[in-house]
Amino acid sequence: MASGIKDKVVILGMGCSKFGERWESSPSDLMVEAFEECLGDAGIERDQIEAAWFGAGIDSFNVGSSAMPLAIALRLNYIPVTKVENMCATGTEAFRGAVYAVASGACDIALALGVEKLKDTGYGGLPQRTRGVENDMYWPNLSAPGAFAQLASGYRAKHHLNKDDLKRAMAHVSVKSHANGVKNPKAHLQREITEEQAVNAPFIAEPIGLFDCCGVSDGSACAIVTTPEIARSLGKENLVSVKALQLAVSNGTEASHESWDGSYLKTTRIASQRAYTEADISKPREEITMTEVHDCFSITELVTMEDLQLADEGKGVNAVLDGNFDADGNTPCQIDGGLKCFGHPIGASGLRMIYENYLQLQGRAGARQLDNPKLGLNHNLGGFPHQNICSISIVGPL
Amino acid sequence: MNGITAYGAYIPRARLSKQSMAETNAWFDAGLKSLGKGERSICNWDEDTITMAVEAASACRAAMGEQSVSALYLASTTFPFLDRQNSVLVAEALNMDRTLRTMDIGGSQRAATSALIALLEGSDETSALLVASEHRRSKAGSRAEMLWGDAAAAVAIGSDNVIAEVLGIETLAVDFVDHYRGDKASFDYGWEDRWIRDEGFMKSVPTAVIALFEKCSVSSEEIDYFILPTDQARTPMGLARKLGIDGDAVVDNQISNVGVTGAAQSILLLVKTLEQAKAGDLILVTGFGQGCDAILLRATKAITDFKPAQGVSRALAARREETNYNKLLSFNNLIERETGKRGEVDKQTYLSGYNRRKDLLTSFIGGKCRECGTVQIPREKYCVNPECNALDSQDDYSFADKTGTVMTWTADRLTFDWNPPAYFGMVQFDGGGKLMMDFTEVEEGSIDSGSKVSVHFRIRQFDPQRGFRKYFWKAVIEE
Repeated sequence: MASGIKDKVVILGMGCSKFGERWESSPSDLMVEAFEECLGDAGIERDQIEAAWFGAGIDSFNVGSSAMPLAIALRLNYIPVTKVENMCATGTEAFRGAVYAVASGACDIALALGVEKLKDTGYGGLPQRTRGVENDMYWPNLSAPGAFAQLASGYRAKHHLNKDDLKRAMAHVSVKSHANGVKNPKAHLQREITEEQAVNAPFIAEPIGLFDCCGVSDGSACAIVTTPEIARSLGKENLVSVKALQLAVSNGTEASHESWDGSYLKTTRIASQRAYTEADISKPREEITMTEVHDCFSITELVTMEDLQLADEGKGVNAVLDGNFDADGNTPCQIDGGLKCFGHPIGASGLRMIYENYLQLQGRAGARQLDNPKLGLNHNLGGFPHQNICSISIVGPL
Repeated sequence: MNGITAYGAYIPRARLSKQSMAETNAWFDAGLKSLGKGERSICNWDEDTITMAVEAASACRAAMGEQSVSALYLASTTFPFLDRQNSVLVAEALNMDRTLRTMDIGGSQRAATSALIALLEGSDETSALLVASEHRRSKAGSRAEMLWGDAAAAVAIGSDNVIAEVLGIETLAVDFVDHYRGDKASFDYGWEDRWIRDEGFMKSVPTAVIALFEKCSVSSEEIDYFILPTDQARTPMGLARKLGIDGDAVVDNQISNVGVTGAAQSILLLVKTLEQAKAGDLILVTGFGQGCDAILLRATKAITDFKPAQGVSRALAARREETNYNKLLSFNNLIERETGKRGEVDKQTYLSGYNRRKDLLTSFIGGKCRECGTVQIPREKYCVNPECNALDSQDDYSFADKTGTVMTWTADRLTFDWNPPAYFGMVQFDGGGKLMMDFTEVEEGSIDSGSKVSVHFRIRQFDPQRGFRKYFWKAVIEE
């Protein structure tokens, strides 16, 4: 019987670049920026890293294929480096690779780094790209907002909501994240918005308007992980440990079987329940202190609160409007500003989320520091509501 | 000899106001104002000769009941492919038998009547579909643009349940060049209307028709319906007078509500006539172009009980008013449009991959699991039912004739589309199965979760770099 990942691996150090429209920075520049911070935080030499996992989401607009771009950018010493790609879960997948390597005993110290250069496309939004030879022949030409707008219509139909009520709750999600982002110097967008602005912005994909969408940014984040014993031997205190690392991948059931009604994220429900079990969490609303969830669009965050069991099914609108997930709410969500203010450089996002929880748990989150945080949950969702990959990581004090 | 046993028709829903066309172009040609009345049909960006043919043939087959079909001929002068048999693609979209005889017939405005003659004169065992479909391009600001329309029509030809029997056929072949389209040309080039009327219509048509009357021992005043496809408004009546046919017998060319639909016009007007004809009515169908075809038909008693699935009247009623002339220009590639960078993505079709999925892409076939009965699309190796997951357990299951309900949807203004916003969403099919698919021709405010849809074969993408276009099925909101 597998015993799970809980408390087998700790974070030795982390780094995160400034996210934004980094016109003058190459992917290598961003990687080095995150890595230098991470290496300094870990307090080790580069050559102590024994293996690395490299997350990069979109080959054609970023660094190209393979693990070589990381090895070259960081001048890694011919160590094993693995490139991972799993849509928007890519950053967390890199982290999972490194953590599993250390947990297996195959190496003592491993690196996970994610990077994405989204702003070399010449237009706004995520890059238009092929979905594969066969998919391109019949999939709708769906954009990311178009895909997640489906969730809004499915959720609205299931719970018999009127358009205005749902839109107002979606607006609150974005207003809250913008308010948080103001306090984060590494965020791309550091300005407040009003509910009125969010509600009245033009539609990108009905009912998703401009302010329901996360930003589009360049960025990189990374982590160095090791065992608790080694971390202590290096003089580290106040250790942040990995409590759970889970992934659920759609197998076509949502897309093609009638058991899914389009109103929720099946993978999130499955992955989060597995993560709670792995972390010995029985009452997530009481035990989880803070969440960084995949707020690619405001509706995604709202529905995710239900799928993580942090709001009752069909009551997400109320929970959001009651301020449960605001900075001063029961379970603050996106205390760093979220994808909304950081944008979503695909390969980096999962690690950026863990970075925030790591800072919070170490009491180093500056103006946005929460009181006495315990467990932080990170959630990524790659793909579309009807077909996706969900990663969940939970970190907390050892 | 065989006769007509069934019919169907399709006219694109979009009807462009001719006033809007005339107002746009009258600065250049004030004469267009006199044509600026009524409306014409225009293909949506995702419609062409193939997709309209599928619609018309589908309507015809729906009216045929259990009758089998052994041949499908497609007549047009606007085939999307010059070397790839277009009729085979239509047949596969209709999921017809692979032993079908198929043929593309083009090269003339009388292509459809010539094809009809060939099928009528074929063996009595033949049960065939003739589909005529036309999507003509015309220059911006031309009279042709004002006078023409897009449509398709289909008739079934056979020896059982004949609703219109053949009394006689005559043909005259004359290389009279009233207009032509050379092999590199995008547009027709024509001569003066008055000359075409006097030296073409007035000479060729009477020669063929008088010979036909003599052969059939029929006198001109007995004719109940006279079909003469032309965009010359007065010529049919002039010819009727010359031939001694009653003026009331002249079948209107629908210039004011559809436009003249090229090689499809003779069959479209025949379908319109068959919808109205009573048993015993005599119908004279002609086709003009490098001579003249003339076919004399007589409606039988069976026409009284014939129930069309969709004829011209129903196709005409399925209408959406369009007042933006720029859409005609845009949909027909008559102007260079801004697509945005998202429109620049390469649209290569990988033919081997396409060929593997043709059952899905062209015939819209999914699977039904023999083990658990779950209906699903696309069909994968393992059944999608999580309680089943049986391997290779699915029989073919066609979705082409299914209706469904919108589960989720959006109007996407970010993604590239020739007619934004792009509507797409999850459709739950009646009888099982669901698919994330494109919607087409959605009117703002007409769609929500719970809306009813039917599915239609449409163009999915153009690959201008390689001259290819790919097709797939899209959902249309049912009114």
